[in-house]
Amino acid sequence: MRRRASRLHRGAAPGLVLGAGLVAFLLAMALLALVWTPWPPAAIDVPHRLLHPSLAHWLGTDELGRDILSRLMAGAGVSLKVGMIAVGLGAVPGVALGLIASAVKGRSEDVIMQLCDFAFAFPALLSAIMLTATYGAGIDNAILAIAIYNVPVFAKLTRAMANSVMAREFVQAARAAGRSPAGIAVHHVVPNILAALLVQATIQFSIAILAEAALSYLGFGTQPPEASWGLMLSEAQNFLFVAPRLAVYPGLAIALSVLGLSLLGDGLRDALDPRLQKIAWQRA
Amino acid sequence: MTTYLLQRLMILIATLVLASVVIFAVLDILPGNAAQTMLGASATPQTVAALAHKLGLDQPAPLRYGEWISGLVRGNLGRSYAYHSSIAALISASLKISGPLALLAMVIAATVALVAGMAAAARHGKASDGAIMMASQIGLAVPNFWFGIMLVLVFAVNWRLLPSGGFPGWTPDPLRAFSALILPALALGLVQAAILTRVTRSALLDVLHEDYIRTARAKGLTPQAIIRRHALPNAMIPILTIMGLQLANLVAGAVVVENVFSLPGLGRLIFQSISNRDTPVVADCVLLLVAIVIGVNFLVDLACAMIDPRLRMQP
Repeated sequence: MRRRASRLHRGAAPGLVLGAGLVAFLLAMALLALVWTPWPPAAIDVPHRLLHPSLAHWLGTDELGRDILSRLMAGAGVSLKVGMIAVGLGAVPGVALGLIASAVKGRSEDVIMQLCDFAFAFPALLSAIMLTATYGAGIDNAILAIAIYNVPVFAKLTRAMANSVMAREFVQAARAAGRSPAGIAVHHVVPNILAALLVQATIQFSIAILAEAALSYLGFGTQPPEASWGLMLSEAQNFLFVAPRLAVYPGLAIALSVLGLSLLGDGLRDALDPRLQKIAWQRA
Repeated sequence: MTTYLLQRLMILIATLVLASVVIFAVLDILPGNAAQTMLGASATPQTVAALAHKLGLDQPAPLRYGEWISGLVRGNLGRSYAYHSSIAALISASLKISGPLALLAMVIAATVALVAGMAAAARHGKASDGAIMMASQIGLAVPNFWFGIMLVLVFAVNWRLLPSGGFPGWTPDPLRAFSALILPALALGLVQAAILTRVTRSALLDVLHEDYIRTARAKGLTPQAIIRRHALPNAMIPILTIMGLQLANLVAGAVVVENVFSLPGLGRLIFQSISNRDTPVVADCVLLLVAIVIGVNFLVDLACAMIDPRLRMQP
């Protein structure tokens, strides 16, 4: 671990530093929004609508006089919440399924993997739209829809990585020593695939931010008056001719957050284990 | 090859059948009765029940599923509750927009990605390689619907070169109709190109370490000729595979982008049908999209197997 940490420190690539910086900024904005925003994000103030940036409103106000910076900060909180819960909810059953498939082999492994392949036949965003439309629009259902999409992604990655770890000598030694399949999975396989899972988690996190923004843009995700970057974009589109900057800020916030997570994922992959560079295919 | 083809075909049919069951099951629990939606909130329970009976909504779910599938097999896609017209006609009309849009977007994505990916691989490690990779990294982060809005801002609002949205129809002015698809196709295609550029570059770099490339270099071929004649054909398998997988993203992306540009395509038809609780249209459209995704991936698998015979041996 110490060697890995020192490698991280010594060889910190500019991409990793930039990515970590952008993610830290996103995190800081989201946490700050929990306790303080310059103005209440949902406070309507029609007499001060569509104001240009000023000392009172650093990024101006929207069509209802709401402070744009405050709404962007609140939106960061929504994106972070969606990313963390959707990735967590998808990763836990996904990793478990992948480990089971790798441990049991045979027909059960084939069935689990074919079910995962089947899930990929449904375009992710289309499935999310169908699910949110079925169970009702809202942030919770959007999170659930994105989490469901994450399950096969983690299952396939875990199974592929676990299969390569299972073939290694120390696992065979543990098996010969009488360790149970569950014990081998938890004590030997998981620690060896954690780096790959971490990298994949950053990728899925960025996909979750994009998906939440798209769902909220279509009206299936975060509901007004709560602030979300996708919802802000949707509202801004009606004022494109009058106040185009309203559409610029939330889009930039999404792009910078996703860019930060992508760079962080790439940087971590290179720093933690150069052998994992092949995962670039997954990202692409 | 025949065994491989039959195997893949069986998997394709099984996937389609399973997809139809999932789509039906998900939509069957859609809250809100379609009959209630059609008649409005003021309708009496008796009127709603009568319409539900007329539409067959009070039948058991397995029976309704069976009727839906047998209708599809006979080429009868059913009727829309909201539009009061044949679903086949609705889908056919929307495909006249979504089809050319997806094709144009894919052509843009493939052209940009192949050129940029080849340029990056040929100048591996140099400044231009870094610039292309940085551009593709940024492209990966940009949501296609925001990129679409920004294109509208620049090309429609500021420069007034292209329409900001809507579709005038292919007749009487096909050129005007085509111009309405340029910005949406750019929004979809350029974002997809970012992904494909990285795949093209990686695939080419993998191949460029092979012995036959060293031989080609020793023969005095230029780097461009080596990439074009030797590296690219051998790197096509991952590129084709990812292009097939990307179609799914493109199809889903079209649902959002068609809404940005108010294009009456398949994506917008699905979006409006979900809002109208028009379940037969949603079911047919989603199954069609899934069939397109599976079908294209099937064709990609076949193309890969034809390029590389070793793939036919894999289960």
